[in-house]
Amino acid sequence: MEGWDPSTKSTLTQIPLLSTKAGPRDGAPWTQRLKEEYKSLIAYTQMNKSNDNDWFRISAANPEGTRWTGKCWYVHNLLKYEFDLQFDIPVTYPATAPELELPELDGKTQKMYRGGKICLTVHFKPLWAKNCPRFGIAHALCLGLAPWLAAEIPILVDSGMIKHKDDAASSTES
Amino acid sequence: MEVELKEMMNDLDSLMQSLTDPSHRAPIDKLKLRVERLANFGNFGPSRRTKVKDMSAEVVDSNPYSRLMALQRMGIVQNYERIREFSVAIVGIGGVGSVAAEMLTRCGIGRLLLYDYDKVELANMNRLFFRPEQVGMTKTDAAVQTLSDINPDVVLESFTLNITTVQGFETFMSSLKNKSFHPNKQGSGVDLVLSCVDNYEARMAVNQACNELNQTWMESGVSEDAVSGHIQLLIPGETACFACAPPLVVASGVDERTLKREGVCAASLPTTMGVVAGLLVQNTLKYLLEFGQVSPYLGYNSLKDYFPTMEMKPNPQCSNSACQQRQKEYLLVKPARDAATKAKMEAEASSSMEGPLHLDNEWNISVVDDTEPDRIDVKSSDALPEGLTHELPSADEFQTVCTPEAPVSAIDDIEELRRQLDALNST
Repeated sequence: MEGWDPSTKSTLTQIPLLSTKAGPRDGAPWTQRLKEEYKSLIAYTQMNKSNDNDWFRISAANPEGTRWTGKCWYVHNLLKYEFDLQFDIPVTYPATAPELELPELDGKTQKMYRGGKICLTVHFKPLWAKNCPRFGIAHALCLGLAPWLAAEIPILVDSGMIKHKDDAASSTES
Repeated sequence: MEVELKEMMNDLDSLMQSLTDPSHRAPIDKLKLRVERLANFGNFGPSRRTKVKDMSAEVVDSNPYSRLMALQRMGIVQNYERIREFSVAIVGIGGVGSVAAEMLTRCGIGRLLLYDYDKVELANMNRLFFRPEQVGMTKTDAAVQTLSDINPDVVLESFTLNITTVQGFETFMSSLKNKSFHPNKQGSGVDLVLSCVDNYEARMAVNQACNELNQTWMESGVSEDAVSGHIQLLIPGETACFACAPPLVVASGVDERTLKREGVCAASLPTTMGVVAGLLVQNTLKYLLEFGQVSPYLGYNSLKDYFPTMEMKPNPQCSNSACQQRQKEYLLVKPARDAATKAKMEAEASSSMEGPLHLDNEWNISVVDDTEPDRIDVKSSDALPEGLTHELPSADEFQTVCTPEAPVSAIDDIEELRRQLDALNST
């Protein structure tokens, strides 16, 4: 964890860890895992809200809890940039992390794989591997998506690749 | 195009008939001749050869298999035609998988199963196989188009899906189990699975499927910096599975920082991918047709032209339960296997015992048996041969005392938890 900023570190220590090592094909243990996922997501969301650092919404898109959809946003120069967020729980979960997708940014940055999957190889995958099965969705968002947004969004905005929705609207009106 | 030309011919005919002045006929005849020539010209386009019933060894220009059947005459392969009985599944039809598929198709493999969910893009044109006019097609469709033209004898089955999703994985598993090609085949419906994917998640999914099905497979990979690669043979229970240890990568031998450019997620070269596809299919042919030595692991470092090899024992504490199950089964049949190896050694010894090669052995030179290569315990990375490193760290020892101190939420009903998160989401 060296190289991470102190606030991420302290946030991370407060996200409840998970203990059940089960994937979506495992039946009852998966339900147990899903409960743990919910608990840690609830705790993380509550923590963000109380720290005035609310930055995502995520919920299961199917009863099995294998597909998740929602939104995430990032504030740059006092403007809020919001994106759709989606991912599948892979069959080999939790041995492999979910591949977080921001479909709207597909093709706009090189730090992304096909379909808008954000590149997590260097900053996140080793951490996930080291902490299997204790890390869950909340950890993936905190250590995978949050630093990616912090690194990429300012570049994308400054280079004009993405526009704030107000600007985009006014430019189409005129 | 053919239809268009025919219509033009008809139009010219009717024009001819409607003409009263015979002096105009000559130029129309000339036009008709040119249309006919164009129609014939079109016939020289792609024409598919018909399927052949048996592989012939006859050396004639028109025999697509003469050079392959010559392997038999040269004593390399005992029975080449057996290749038509084999089914190979290729997962990932990218820079390595598509080339491997073409190689196996040209070798006359019986059946190929192709899996990919991506589309062909112009950005793929730095690699082999796909052509610019195929941009926009799914990789599976484009591959079937090209491969069936090259060799109509190969049975091609394609699956446009992502094997890491729950649904894709189920389809993947059932397609491997399908025995319609060879109903009497032992085990699964395929002889070998080739993993040609570009990510860890998909490799773990192939590993999971093959461990569950007790299916031998080969893994291949090219580094993100495009200058090194590897192939690996995985026999469930017998060799290390992909989850037994963090994946190995061939160290590039130069400072990593000089290679990893900021802001680029992956580079690729047709050369490295072609080399790795070649190594993979060569190992496949050796495995299926039983000739030469099948490599358990072969690395390729292109910057130093270094090819490390090694063998890896399975990890008894592997986190994959299907792998552990296969390991147990493998240990159970150990006595029978040892007896078979001994019998084979004795048979070989008796056949070579036809008298000493040299009557005098002044220097007491003897040949030392080194058939049992050192197998590496995958858990300790210190034992790795030079030039190989682990790509990811192993999971830390599981801390048994893992209950979070703060009472997070005593609720243990999934619906209630879902509602709680939804409530948080809506504020």
